[in-house]
Amino acid sequence: MKKKKEQSAGNTARVLSVEEYLSQIDFREDDFEFQHKDGFEHIDTNFASQGYWKEALARFRKSKGAMFSLICILLLTLMAFVGPSMNEYTYDQQITVNQNMAPRIPGLEKLGILDGSETMRTSTGSKEINYYESNQLEDTWYWFGSDSFGRDLWTRTWMGTRISLYVAILAVIIDLAFGLTYGMVSGYFGGRTDMVMQRIVEVLNSIPYLVTVTLLLLVMKPGLLSITFALMFSGWLGMSRIARAEVLKLKEQEYVLASRTLGAKSLWIIFKEILPNIFGPLITQTMFSIPHAIFTEAFLAFIGLGVPEPLASLGSLISSGYQNFTSHPYMIVFPLLVMGLLMLCFNMLADGLRDALDPKMKDM
Amino acid sequence: MREKILSIQNLNISFETTAGMVNAVRGVNLSVYRGETVALVGESGSGKSVSAKAIMGILAKNGTIDSGDITLSYYRQEEKVTRDILSMDKKEIRRHVNGKRIAMVFQDPMTSLNPLIPVGKQVMEGMLWHYHTPKEEAYQKALDLLKLVGITDAEKRMKNYPHQLSGGMRQRVVIAIALSCDPDLLICDEPTTALDVTIQSKILELIQEIQKRKKLSVIYITHDLGVVAKVADYVNVMYAGKIVESGTVNEVFYDPKHPYTWGLLSAMPDLGTEDERLYTIPGSPPNLLHRITGDAFAPRNKYALKIDSRVEPPMFKVSDTHYAATWLLHPKAPKVELPGELKARIDRMMKEGEHYDKTGKQ
Amino acid sequence: MTKQENSKTAPLLEVKGLKQYFRVSRKFTVKAVEDVSFYINPGETYGLVGESGSGKTTIGRSVIHLYEPTAGEILFDGMNISGRLKGETERNLRVNMQMIFQDPMACLNPRRKVGDIIAQGLDIHHRYHSAKEREEMVADILHKVGLAPEHANRYPHQFSGGQRQRVGIARALIMNPKLIIADECISALDMSIQAQVVNLMKDLQQENGMAYLFIAHDLSMVKYISDRIGVLHLGHLLETGTTDEIFSHPVHPYTKSLLSAIPHPNPLAERKRKALQYDYKTSGIDYGEGTMHQVEGTHYVRCTDQEYDSWK
Repeated sequence: MKKKKEQSAGNTARVLSVEEYLSQIDFREDDFEFQHKDGFEHIDTNFASQGYWKEALARFRKSKGAMFSLICILLLTLMAFVGPSMNEYTYDQQITVNQNMAPRIPGLEKLGILDGSETMRTSTGSKEINYYESNQLEDTWYWFGSDSFGRDLWTRTWMGTRISLYVAILAVIIDLAFGLTYGMVSGYFGGRTDMVMQRIVEVLNSIPYLVTVTLLLLVMKPGLLSITFALMFSGWLGMSRIARAEVLKLKEQEYVLASRTLGAKSLWIIFKEILPNIFGPLITQTMFSIPHAIFTEAFLAFIGLGVPEPLASLGSLISSGYQNFTSHPYMIVFPLLVMGLLMLCFNMLADGLRDALDPKMKDM
Repeated sequence: MREKILSIQNLNISFETTAGMVNAVRGVNLSVYRGETVALVGESGSGKSVSAKAIMGILAKNGTIDSGDITLSYYRQEEKVTRDILSMDKKEIRRHVNGKRIAMVFQDPMTSLNPLIPVGKQVMEGMLWHYHTPKEEAYQKALDLLKLVGITDAEKRMKNYPHQLSGGMRQRVVIAIALSCDPDLLICDEPTTALDVTIQSKILELIQEIQKRKKLSVIYITHDLGVVAKVADYVNVMYAGKIVESGTVNEVFYDPKHPYTWGLLSAMPDLGTEDERLYTIPGSPPNLLHRITGDAFAPRNKYALKIDSRVEPPMFKVSDTHYAATWLLHPKAPKVELPGELKARIDRMMKEGEHYDKTGKQ
Repeated sequence: MTKQENSKTAPLLEVKGLKQYFRVSRKFTVKAVEDVSFYINPGETYGLVGESGSGKTTIGRSVIHLYEPTAGEILFDGMNISGRLKGETERNLRVNMQMIFQDPMACLNPRRKVGDIIAQGLDIHHRYHSAKEREEMVADILHKVGLAPEHANRYPHQFSGGQRQRVGIARALIMNPKLIIADECISALDMSIQAQVVNLMKDLQQENGMAYLFIAHDLSMVKYISDRIGVLHLGHLLETGTTDEIFSHPVHPYTKSLLSAIPHPNPLAERKRKALQYDYKTSGIDYGEGTMHQVEGTHYVRCTDQEYDSWK
């Protein structure tokens, strides 16, 4: 409980007596005439003016973590679009002579870091090697270094980000569309429909994910779309559960009953009355699913079920970088950083969104 | 000898919301004496609950006390102590005031009790914390309290969980908890609104009985004038964060001076009238986001004077105990009679009252 | 015309032997409503009074077919609406019977504009030919309930409880129904706002001639608005009759206790009065055994023969 203490003497506790108060007022001629001599009709024009989304936005802005995450994500997405075209290399251009080169950035090399040199540990001791110098490559810069096929890692990293984001968001959107509908229908209709639909969900849930995905990818030709399909295969279950829980909460609300008494059809009620009210938890759940999808894709790539070469995703970059980790550690660092940052920021963003969109009781 | 135990002077509270600053309480003055019942009456949004929460120090985080004093007087080991609640920090209030000197009964008995703890333990909690009473003694006291509030089978009920009790019983338990530390002042925030009508009167009578026994003072916060008529000694009518009329219950009910009070009294359905229509106050209470110039009630007031839109009326004195903040009481104001139906109703009620006096019961 | 009981016209709503049970688990069934019968004539108001748990909300919702009755028959405007509804019957029901709900905070969808909420019935049943016509109908109704036409573009959370309740009334009213079920629609409002809403309902009834099933627990408000009253307790209809009959000579002890529990805003009287006590468990009455006995005119009470003799 905050209290503003007024230090100035006589200001706080002194309540004016009636006479003092009256003497201060400048009375006018017509002060004591009625306002509504000719009849009194009152039209109620009162209303409060704050919108739900405005309030949510204000709450969101207050959370520093969420704002920072939002900016980070926007920056990373921007780089994913712009990054690959920032230098002259393409993601699949192989210059075999330039393989395994350490990162070299024009400005920073003067400071001694990222100047193209790397420390190699051999059985006889450590040695500093700089391929740029030894091969007289004065005018080549690989900002993130190059991989074992001589491909520029900067371009590949940002291409990888692009593909990871694309796959994740696509998977989540499809999850949303399908899982949402499934959960809402199941929750609203209840009874036998609900029971059957939920049993199906339970069965699907109990099948081990990795097994299904592996089989799926063996059957389907490896490619971007098949990865997306694999990702969304079990992702919709979580979404449907959330949607169903929210619908169950709102099903018996009076405005839903009012729609029923007016004769609205069930599907209309589900999508026009209930859906707008559950955007909050849905958006939050979506935001949480994206890093999960990114990670799952990376995991699949790691075990060899990722996007086909020469395409790169963050996961496949990490996977190949992992293979060279003991000799050229720089190959894994940058994709790892980007992916870690992405996931952290999405999670924080989702946290911030959940706090902002959660309708808390106004304390008054 | 009337002994003052609580005094609120010029209380101003505002809230910081995303829509702006809301002036919830705009200058409230209130005094409570030992053994007496004060009612704070008003519609939703009039600021009555906020004022009560300020007394208890449980104002929401976005609330600020802009100015004012709340002084509490109590006895600590025969010695009289007077403290300003607003200058105490939260910890101090919780240790010395809440539960011990001032206790509060809230509106919804469902959410006032912890669903996971047996009822007996919840009654004992206050005693254990404030007075460090040994467990056996606290148990016995809790048992006595449950019997005092009229719960049958008290032994068995001590082990019950809240969901096993009916609404009326739960509210009784809440009252028992409030009384467990022998407070001087009980604040009841709409204690009977969530209960059935038949239980309402029983709870009110219970509080009255306990009051008599323990010389307890009570503040009732309510919008139900029937409750006020039954229990209050003094009535304060609040509108838009200010007290607009204050007096003894007879003065306010039988000789109201503020047009808002007229509206409230007329809006109560009366089993005696044959009226086809209820007189109502048109419109709705103002939005406290906006600064209010003049009388906050003026837009809905049929009897508003031109000055009501410019200058706020002070509390004019009607008698030593009766005050009303309306320009109609200014010597220059035109004489306004009570609305016809209200006058008729008041006459009828006074006759009915005499009838009760003579016969003792109807 | 609307308030006089015309015995020649058939009742608008007839409820016969309504039973509503809810199966909570295999062993436990909640018997919310037991054998309730009443009728409402066109243009009159029937007040259904009871405390919490009496089954009054369940009756309202069964009548408007939000629940399917476990047993019994409901006839509305000559049609049987208690079983499965077929197209024409359903449409008729959904247009001519409307409901106003209790909680002003929950009865309006917070994500839809007030204008859309009010016009929902018009949208569903295609009651207009152009957007302009729809707008005019909404503005007209808003004016009738005492709100400004600009309010149609606002959202429910921008209004107070009383204003929201008026929007709920507008939503029901715009369909020009024959029967409106008001399910405790004033309980959540302040006293002075309750009076506003009740006055509004009475005025609208004068203008449009619809009937009300007014469900409430507050007998004092019920007296103002009802022509006839039914008293419910624990799912049974204990006493029914015209407002005069019930208030001037109540017969059932529960009705008497309910009446005496109403607080009077009269300090002199209220302080000396003590309410009558009534406890079903110890009263020795079994509602299941009683039958409806006629006291006089339309005044009936549910009891056994011996009880009737002792109470008369």
